[in-house]
Amino acid sequence: MTLALTIGILVTGGVYLLLQRGMVRIVLGFVLLSHAVNLLLLSSGVTSRRDAPLMDRADPATAADPLPQAFVLTAIVIAFAITIYMFTLAVARTDDDTEDPS
Amino acid sequence: MSAALLPLIVAVPLLAAAALAVLDRSRPVRQTLLMAPSAAVLATGLYLVWLTRDGAVLVDNVALWPDGIAIPFVVDVFTALMISATALLALVCSAFAIVTGTADTQYFSSLVLTLTAGVFGALMTGDLFNMFVFIEVMLLPSYGLLAMNGGLNRLKAGRLYVAVNLLTSTIFLAGVGLVYGVTGTVNLGELAGLAKQDPLVAAAAAVCLLALSVKAAVVPVHGWLTRAYPATSPAVTALFSGLHTKVAIYAIYRLYAVLFDGDSRYLWIGLLTVSVTMVIGVLGAVGQSTTRSILVFHMISQIGYILMGVALFTPLGLMAGIFYLIHHMFVKASLFLSTGAIEHVYGDSRLDRLGGIARREPLLAVAFIGAALSLAGLPPFSGFVAKLTLVTAAVDAQQWGAVAVAVAVSLITLMSMLKIWGTAFWGSPPDDPDTVDGSTTMVKVRARLVAPALVLTATTLCLGLGGEVLLGLASQAAAGLIDTSAYVEAVIRP
Repeated sequence: MTLALTIGILVTGGVYLLLQRGMVRIVLGFVLLSHAVNLLLLSSGVTSRRDAPLMDRADPATAADPLPQAFVLTAIVIAFAITIYMFTLAVARTDDDTEDPS
Repeated sequence: MSAALLPLIVAVPLLAAAALAVLDRSRPVRQTLLMAPSAAVLATGLYLVWLTRDGAVLVDNVALWPDGIAIPFVVDVFTALMISATALLALVCSAFAIVTGTADTQYFSSLVLTLTAGVFGALMTGDLFNMFVFIEVMLLPSYGLLAMNGGLNRLKAGRLYVAVNLLTSTIFLAGVGLVYGVTGTVNLGELAGLAKQDPLVAAAAAVCLLALSVKAAVVPVHGWLTRAYPATSPAVTALFSGLHTKVAIYAIYRLYAVLFDGDSRYLWIGLLTVSVTMVIGVLGAVGQSTTRSILVFHMISQIGYILMGVALFTPLGLMAGIFYLIHHMFVKASLFLSTGAIEHVYGDSRLDRLGGIARREPLLAVAFIGAALSLAGLPPFSGFVAKLTLVTAAVDAQQWGAVAVAVAVSLITLMSMLKIWGTAFWGSPPDDPDTVDGSTTMVKVRARLVAPALVLTATTLCLGLGGEVLLGLASQAAAGLIDTSAYVEAVIRP
């Protein structure tokens, strides 16, 4: 439940920021949104099982599902790279924050 | 060929890209490294078509992980056809970029190779999460390519493009998460048919399909394409037009066939959206005044045609759709390359500033009009075969609305192509001294700048005259989508 609420709040904030004019705010919106999706991915494994999923050491009934965590790790790396690139676009040449005459 | 070599199709372009990032000082080395991997993949792709022509499915599970955890690379005849078409396009567009000098920009070659590696990976993967990863591998270099060496407009287009695609990827990732949450797997083989049985899985998979529809630029989520593509350089537009949206279309075909098992309950949604896409795309083109923006709107309209195959989901419909997809990749890129050549030499793509090019550039005019007639669907080009099969399939399925839309839209397409032809190629040059005048300016399009477009126009002519070969392969590919058991069997137990 806590996880669902957190995802909801993050998506709300993310969408609000995405709809802003300035590029920096849009990037921050994406940061929130990708956190939301990462939590969604985490919650697709059963979150109540939290033992380290080590072969032959953990009880499969209580061990966490490692696959969603691997997904999240991959997604974080990709989101991080794109965030940096988007910040570069935000500072290059012009500032979108101001009114656009065209 | 052993299936264990399949990952090389992704690895070789990636390694070449890495090598290019270091070795981009010398021009010959750079050009060879840019062209060689695509040429090698083209040869491999054609060989794979030969291997899979009777419906065989090649699978390799990377890194020897047990089934279900491993990363499967799967090639059936549909995949093999797409790999070959993609590699040919990458080759031709790279050649165009080399001739126009776009390829001399630092890292351009590396980015193009990474892009193609991502495309090949996305085509071959048999795993939903890896499809996301490969689509990202394809998109990351595209962000750079779209925004590189241009003015403010290009930068703005780059921002739009990144924002839309990142949002779409996030939605796709959420869809993958939901699918995993409901089913506990992301392996396409294990997911087969689940969306037909369980509405929850269908809802989760629909989130993925929605994201792919945005990437394929289906109306009403097409707005980003018409703004981003005309702003970038001609070579990049041609490359993107052939690769990006088409990968998304391929994924829609694949996912709907495997996950939904062609469930007929949802097909009306598809038919409705593709009809709207065809109409809105073609009408949008009417109001445009530069060659590239007209072509970009037509691309959206044509995407409606291609997706009509999956919306019908009959053997004939799928065959027509797959044929249309391959045909469209060549024709659209050819049009972008021939108008791109004009833009590169005459420095303008606005119709009111061009005129009399046909007399001055007969070769270029042939390349353009061939592809334009093919796009509108006139014989003897491949567009005629594609449209005829598609309309026949729609008649067979008794979807009269879709038939009417498809025929009417082709007429408007022809009108729009004639608009470019009539003003830029045939029209008299404008009086304004700043504008391009076919009779007084000294510039001329060099033959090697026309060659890439000409090669693709020749391909569409060959596909039209010898349509039987590709139709046979497309029919085999369609059979693989109707009955996915061979694909599923291969992915689960390689």
